[in-house]
Amino acid sequence: MKAIVSVIGTDKRGIIAKVTTALWEMNINVEDISQTIMQNYFTMIMLVDLSEANKTFDEVSSSLDEVGKSTGVEIRIQSEAIFQAMHRI
Amino acid sequence: MISINEVLETNRMVESQHLDVRTVTMGISLFDCIGGSAEETCKNVYEKITSYAGNLVKTADEIAKETGIPIVNKRISVTPVSLITARTGGSEKIAEVLDRCSEVCGVDFIGGYTALVHKGMTEYEKKFIETIPNTLASTKKLCSSVNVASTRTGINMDAVALMGDIIKQTAEKTREQESIGCAKLVVFANAVEDNPFMAGAFHGTGEADAVINVGVSGPGVVKAALEKVKGADLTTVAETVKKIAYKITRVGQFVAMEASKRLKANFGIVDLSLAPTPVTGDSVAHILEEIGLESVGACGTTACLALLNDAVKKGGFMASSHVGGLSGAFIPVSEDIGMINAVERGALGIEKLEAMTAVCSVGLDMIAVPGSTPKEVISALIADEAAIGTVNGKTTAVRIIPVCGKESGSVHFGGLLGSAPIMPISKFSPAAFIARGGRIPAPVWAHKN
Repeated sequence: MKAIVSVIGTDKRGIIAKVTTALWEMNINVEDISQTIMQNYFTMIMLVDLSEANKTFDEVSSSLDEVGKSTGVEIRIQSEAIFQAMHRI
Repeated sequence: MISINEVLETNRMVESQHLDVRTVTMGISLFDCIGGSAEETCKNVYEKITSYAGNLVKTADEIAKETGIPIVNKRISVTPVSLITARTGGSEKIAEVLDRCSEVCGVDFIGGYTALVHKGMTEYEKKFIETIPNTLASTKKLCSSVNVASTRTGINMDAVALMGDIIKQTAEKTREQESIGCAKLVVFANAVEDNPFMAGAFHGTGEADAVINVGVSGPGVVKAALEKVKGADLTTVAETVKKIAYKITRVGQFVAMEASKRLKANFGIVDLSLAPTPVTGDSVAHILEEIGLESVGACGTTACLALLNDAVKKGGFMASSHVGGLSGAFIPVSEDIGMINAVERGALGIEKLEAMTAVCSVGLDMIAVPGSTPKEVISALIADEAAIGTVNGKTTAVRIIPVCGKESGSVHFGGLLGSAPIMPISKFSPAAFIARGGRIPAPVWAHKN
């Protein structure tokens, strides 16, 4: 399953490092990254591949949630398919 | 790759504009459950429903978690109980079993305590309909509907007369809970067989064994989109609604396909209805006001609603491979904070609501009237709605609550059913009209062969 990880929060050092480390530990490959600063907020989305992940979707979601709390940003993971369905004909 | 803005747009719709999938409803055929006795049928019904829908809630919750789109209600609809008990009787026993199934499966509602009597009633169907008040009083999650008219057959006025009485009895039997039994009872013209919404959902006779029907929502999303085109002409308004309806419906289509695959059921339809909730920011009335009305109920309300309803369909049709159900803006009074406010400020009455039902789904929905309203007045109100439905070739419905012991003020049902101001209704008597009985013939244009 392909998923979109979105990260939003106040910009600070190490956000990308912490998120990608967590993903690496769960054996999740990052296929694409897009990042910008919007209205002073760090905003990043990553396309990730969960097919070889060593955790379930629920566990991945909880782990990223914890990383978000400890880093002070909001992280969520959602199936890429829902965005494709909504935004692509 | 999907862009940052697209991800943010979707998530903003969920977080601040109440985008959700309003219901995933599993329709289950009960024809193969008919046994030699009511007891045998009960056993078969319990086994089939709990086996087919046992994972419905879990599956819907998983999809919601993966997509980030809330799925508010999980429901079951079944073959009309009047059909599966016609030989053995015992519909009350089946009702208990259906209520128990809804508890076991963890669904919000189960629909199908239904009779289809739009042309005529068998003796058994009449007896069945007479069990509705007690059944709705003694069950919690079971919903009931009766189809009394269709474009093809006209209006069965004997059934219309009976339903006025049944609604009054249902109100009386549940008077301790603000006559809430009536909130679980819908009288239809042109009832559809694949409606995912309650209280009117049942699994039609032309349906497959197990079917997933999905109802989308998103009045808040439509309103937010219109806030960005303030002052623009009405073509722009229609185009804006179409584009956003497309996106909303794509969510429903995705969820419907995914749920049917995981539950090994047929994909039925996506219902394009804009369904409000009592929460602020989730109101159809507020969309109409955003278009330019000081209050819903003002002159122009019917025109704005016609535009909205049409644009939602045009946007939704391309987004879904199979559109069905009721598919139109809902205008329930108690479930829409904008409607409640309009009634309370004296801007909206039953007469205007009736006109609005000519251009949208579904009908006079969740309207509380004084408890003293005579049964003939309720029957005549049903006849009016049925006439709008049959002549215009659309579904119309009446879900009205004559609140026992109350003549004014408001009633509180709680949850999605909300609270309703008690609305005044014409005091002039239609009793002689209702007493005539018989059938109102089908409109001439219904005969297209």
